[in-house]
Amino acid sequence: MQETGDVSVFAIRFFKEAFKPRYEISEFIRQCFVIGYKSLPLIGLTGFIMGLVLTMQLRPSLIEYGVESQLPAMVGIAIVREIGPVITALIFAGKIGSSIGAELGSMKVTEQIDAMEVSGTNPFKYLVVTRVLAATLMLPVLVMLGDAISLFGSYLGVNIRGVTSFHLFYTQVFDNLAFGDVLPAFIKSFFFGFAVGIIGCYKGYYSAKGTEGVGQSANSAVVVSSIVIFVIDLVVVQITDLLNLN
Amino acid sequence: MKEQVLIQAEKKKESSGDVLVVKHLYKSFGSNKVLNDFNLTLVNGENLVVLGKSGSGKSVLIKCIIGLLMPDSGVIELFGRNITDLDHEELDKVRAKVGFLFQSNALYDSMTVRQNLEFPLRRHWMHVTQQEVDNLVQEALEDVGLAHTINMMPAELSGGMRKRIALARTLILKPEIILYDEPTTGLDPVTGKEIIELIMTIQKKYRSSSLIISHDMTCVRLAADRIVVLINGRCYAEGAYDELKRSVDPGIKQFFE
Ligand SMILES: Nc1ncnc2c1ncn2[C@@H]1O[C@H](COP(=O)(O)OP(=O)(O)OP(=O)(O)O)[C@@H](O)[C@H]1O
Ligand SMILES: [Mg+2]
Repeated sequence: MQETGDVSVFAIRFFKEAFKPRYEISEFIRQCFVIGYKSLPLIGLTGFIMGLVLTMQLRPSLIEYGVESQLPAMVGIAIVREIGPVITALIFAGKIGSSIGAELGSMKVTEQIDAMEVSGTNPFKYLVVTRVLAATLMLPVLVMLGDAISLFGSYLGVNIRGVTSFHLFYTQVFDNLAFGDVLPAFIKSFFFGFAVGIIGCYKGYYSAKGTEGVGQSANSAVVVSSIVIFVIDLVVVQITDLLNLN
Repeated sequence: MKEQVLIQAEKKKESSGDVLVVKHLYKSFGSNKVLNDFNLTLVNGENLVVLGKSGSGKSVLIKCIIGLLMPDSGVIELFGRNITDLDHEELDKVRAKVGFLFQSNALYDSMTVRQNLEFPLRRHWMHVTQQEVDNLVQEALEDVGLAHTINMMPAELSGGMRKRIALARTLILKPEIILYDEPTTGLDPVTGKEIIELIMTIQKKYRSSSLIISHDMTCVRLAADRIVVLINGRCYAEGAYDELKRSVDPGIKQFFE
């Protein structure tokens, strides 16, 4: 509970500092590249397998109900609305949350953050603001790429038995996707990215001294941000329900 | 107008000779009273050594001076300005004239030696050209005799080399006061002596004042114009090396045995 308060204070500080000059643009761009690039292979691979497996698993049930032709539509909705964003965010938390936590944690422990402070660079701006912004902006991009790769995996899954053209598959997927499916998924991935970034930075920035402290920061950054991802997911579903977007 | 007055006041203080004054400094962590009414004055151009046992609060003292730790009470005047009263921006201006060599070096381990040295120059990013930056980096590296390491990573360097790079990074802005936190700890005696000699050479070159924190007696003997002994959070004794060496006080004697 105490921690929720501390993270909120940290997040408020983020918003205060993010809009004040000087802006650390080149470090921000570097972080976008590092964060996006580092997680892309893993997200691509898991996305592909998810799409493929989901399709193969769903097919028998759909055949039973006699609606096998609905396979692309079903898979499309499942991936775009829920599985894509959540799985991507969880992998992102594992990969990026832990590396941010460990990196800032070890910088804290070896006094590198203090060194920045005394040499006239605001370490909060240079380290935290850039990473949180990069995580917030890169995750939605990764989710979209992950969705696309997933759908490609699914297309292959459909084609294992019977032949569907690429064009037909995608027409079926997108005809059944409404704006109300895509928008909430897109918006929530910003929140997922922000959560992973801010929690990773918080854990690292206030890391306990010693090597053990660094490991703990990395570890709890992943655990906490994974839980928060599910909480955000739950909240977003409730809100979209209330607003009757679908 | 106000600025003008401040600058004049600053000049006055500087010419009067005390660049750093610490008065009645208190700092505790919970029930652990680390600094307990500590006093110290650093005169322009001198090398002052603060001598104290491990855990006596030397690092805490030096971190209070640079503003990384907030003292519980007391006055810390750098160039005549009490840094505990300054806002962040003003503190930063004062810090630009003060170098700090961390006990742990605190080199940025994800950056090359060049990037490490360029980092403090970000402070003046609007006023320096890339050519000037390159020249400053080159000069600082030559000062410490490590020009060939410019593209290496800190992890590829030995302990003594890392200390030299950290020293070069501290010196790159040509600070008027340099604070050294145990510059020789963790190094073998020969390397330690080299570092001290390097510090003395640089001191002469830039005519800076230094506050050196140490419990290494070779370092103290070679570097100190004056020594302050820190025991139980207070300034226990003060004097030149030879004076203190003759002392019969057990508190002082323990360092010279
Ligand atoms: N951030 C902190 N929180 C709590 N206690 C601290 C903190 N920093 C230092 N201390 C305590 O202050 C005391 C002095 O520590 P300090 O690091 O200043 O010692 P030192 O004189 O520099 O020793 P050494 O020669 O080993 O570096 C120690 O008892 C330490 O436990
Ligand atoms: Mg120390």
